[in-house]
Amino acid sequence: MNIVVLVKQVPDSGADRNLRSDDNTVDRGSANNVINEMDEYAIEEALKIKEAHGGEVTVLTMGPDKATESIRKALSMGPDKAVHVVDDALHGSCAVATSKVLAAALGRLNADLVLCGSESTDGRVQVLPHMIAERLGVAALTGARKLTVDGSTLTVERQTEEGYEVVTASTPAVVSVWDTINEPRYPSFKGIMAAKKKPLQTLSLADLSVAPAEVGFAGATSTVLEHSKRPPRSGGTKVTDEGSGGVQLVEFLATEKFV
Amino acid sequence: MAEVLVVVDATREFGVKKVTLEMLTLARELGTPAAVVLGGPGAAEVLTGRLGEYGAEKVYAAESADIDGYLVAPKATVLADLVRRVQPAAVLLASGQEGKEIAARLAVKLDNGILTDVVALAADGTATQVAFAGSTIVKSKVTRGLPLVTVRPNSLTPTPAAATPAVEQLTVQVGEADKLARVVQRVAEQKGSRPELTEASVVVSGGRGVGNADNFKLLEELADLLGGAVGASRAAVDSGFYPHQFQVGQTGKTVSPQLYVALGISGAIQHRAGMQTSKTIVAVNKDAEAPIFELADFGVVGDLFAVVPQAAEEIRKRK
Ligand SMILES: Cc1cc2nc3c(=O)[nH]c(=O)nc-3n(C[C@H](O)[C@H](O)[C@H](O)COP(=O)(O)OP(=O)(O)OC[C@H]3O[C@@H](n4cnc5c(N)ncnc54)[C@H](O)[C@@H]3O)c2cc1C
Ligand SMILES: Nc1ncnc2c1ncn2[C@@H]1O[C@H](COP(=O)(O)O)[C@@H](O)[C@H]1O
Repeated sequence: MNIVVLVKQVPDSGADRNLRSDDNTVDRGSANNVINEMDEYAIEEALKIKEAHGGEVTVLTMGPDKATESIRKALSMGPDKAVHVVDDALHGSCAVATSKVLAAALGRLNADLVLCGSESTDGRVQVLPHMIAERLGVAALTGARKLTVDGSTLTVERQTEEGYEVVTASTPAVVSVWDTINEPRYPSFKGIMAAKKKPLQTLSLADLSVAPAEVGFAGATSTVLEHSKRPPRSGGTKVTDEGSGGVQLVEFLATEKFV
Repeated sequence: MAEVLVVVDATREFGVKKVTLEMLTLARELGTPAAVVLGGPGAAEVLTGRLGEYGAEKVYAAESADIDGYLVAPKATVLADLVRRVQPAAVLLASGQEGKEIAARLAVKLDNGILTDVVALAADGTATQVAFAGSTIVKSKVTRGLPLVTVRPNSLTPTPAAATPAVEQLTVQVGEADKLARVVQRVAEQKGSRPELTEASVVVSGGRGVGNADNFKLLEELADLLGGAVGASRAAVDSGFYPHQFQVGQTGKTVSPQLYVALGISGAIQHRAGMQTSKTIVAVNKDAEAPIFELADFGVVGDLFAVVPQAAEEIRKRK
C-alpha cells in the first residue's frame, strides 16, 4: 500500500505562542517548532500498516525551509522518503489555499491512503482532511481511534458525542487520526542516522502548476485584522484547607450564585 | 433582510442542541434566521417547534437516508446548493467535529473563506476568535465569499424570540462521489442524565490527583449537585480513570462554562487550552504551587478527598 502522511510543523504547544505583529501570521521564527503531535500518531499508524501489509510511506509537508528539521525527525521514526513543498509565495496561506497545494502535491504521489492528524495544534481548525478529500474526490474518514485495512477496504472507528460509529470506504481515501489510536514510537539511534540519507524531494509551486496568486496573502480567502493578548486571568483568593476548605469553597460558590 | 443560514446541530437523544439556539440568537443580529436541518427521513419535524421558539423564520429540511448513511459529504453538497440559491448573508455551523467538516467541504465547493471557533460575529462580518490555548484574541474576516463561520458553544446566551417557521422541503440529490464514506454502525453509549460537556454551564473535572476510576464517583456526585457535567484531564484519561470523550484540553473538548471546577489537576498549558475561557474557575490541589491556581478565582490548597466530600455535604445542607 502506498501511504502518504501529512506532517505539519507547528510551534510547540507547551510554550508561549504568538502571532507576528507585522503581518498577523503565526510567529514561527521565534518559536520552538515541532511536529504537530497528532501527526506523529498518523506516522505511527502508517508504519504499522506498512509492517503488516507492505508498501511505502512518504511524508508530505508544506512549510518554510526550517520545516526540514521536522521532516527529518519524522523520517527518523521510519518512513521511506519525504516531499517538502516550499515556496516564498506560500507565506500567509489560508486553509483553503493550503488544501489546494497539498491536493496538488498528492495528485503526483499516487497514494492509496493519505493519513494525517485530526487537527493541528496551532490553528486547531480541523478542516484540512475534508478539504483535501473534497478536492481529490476521495473518501474522508476522520477522527479515527481505530483503523483496519483489509485489502482495499478501510474501516474506521470514530468517537461521536453519543458514543462511537464505524465507517468504511475503499481506497484511495484520506484518514485522519486521533491521539487515542496508538502510541507513537520513539526514533531509534539507527533511525536517526538513516533519516539523514533518506530521499527528500522539494517541490515549488511551479513544480505543482499552482499559480502564486492562488496562495499566500495574494490568494487568501480570509484575513486577520488584528490580534491581542488576552489579559491573563488574575488569580483570585487562595485558601489553605485547615478543616473547612470545602465549606469555604461552597461559600464562594454561593456568593457567585452557583449554589 | 437576507437570510442567515444556521445549520442545526441536534442529537437523537437531546434534540436541538443549545449551540443551535445560540447560533439562532446570533443570526437574528445579522439578518433573517433560517435553520437548515440535514438529517434522515423525518428529522425536521421534531425539531421545528424548538427552532421557532428561538426565532427561526424558516426551516429548510433536507431529509434522506443518503444524508444519514454517510459522513458529511452529502450534507455539504445539499448545503452548497442551498447557499448558491438563497445567497445568504452568512452561514453558521457549530464548532464541533461535524460542523467544521461540513464547513470545510463547503469552503472548497464555493471557493469561500472559513473561520472556525468563532466566539462573536459583527454585522460587518468581523469575527472574534480565541487562539493559542485561549491566550490570544483574534479579529478576522472572510475576504472571499460570504461569512462562513463555525461558532464555539457557550459563546453567547441564547434568548427566545418566538417565530412560526415556514418549512421548506429540499430535494436531496447526492451523487456517488458523496457516498464514499459509509456509516455501517452507530453505537450509543450510556450517557446518563448529565448535560453534554461542551454545553454544560458547570463542569467538574478531575485529574491524575483523583487517583483511580472509582474516585471519580466523588466528582460525579458534586457535578450532579451543581447540575453540571464531568470532565477529565488527559493524565486522568490516559490512566483509565475516565473515558476519552470527556477529556478537556487541546486534544480533547474545549469548554467554556459559567463554572469550571478543577480537582487534582495541575493546570498544564494543554489542559488550559480547553478551559481557559470559563467564566469562573475554582480549583482544589494539594500543591500550593500548581499552575492551576494562577487561573482560579477561588483556590483551595488541600486534599481533594477531604475538601470535595465536605463541599458536597455543605451544598446538600443549603438546598
Ligand atoms: C500535544 C499535547 C496535547 C495535550 N492535550 C491535553 C489535553 O487535551 N488535555 C489535558 O488535560 N492534557 C493534555 N496534555 C497533557 C498535559 O501536558 C498534562 O500532562 C496533563 O494535563 C496533566 O494532567 P493532570 O493535571 O491531571 O496531571 P498532573 O500534572 O500529574 O497533576 C496532578 C495534580 O493533582 C494534584 N493532586 C494529587 N493528589 C491530590 C489530592 N489528593 N488532592 C488534591 N490534589 C492532588 C497534584 O498536586 C498535581 O498538581 C497534552 C500534552 C501534549 C504534549
Ligand atoms: N502545511 C501542512 N503540511 C502538511 N500537512 C498539513 C499542513 N497543514 C495541515 N496538515 C495536515 O492536516 C491535519 C489537520 O490540520 P488542520 O486542518 O490545519 O487542523 C494536520 O494534522 C496535518 O496532518
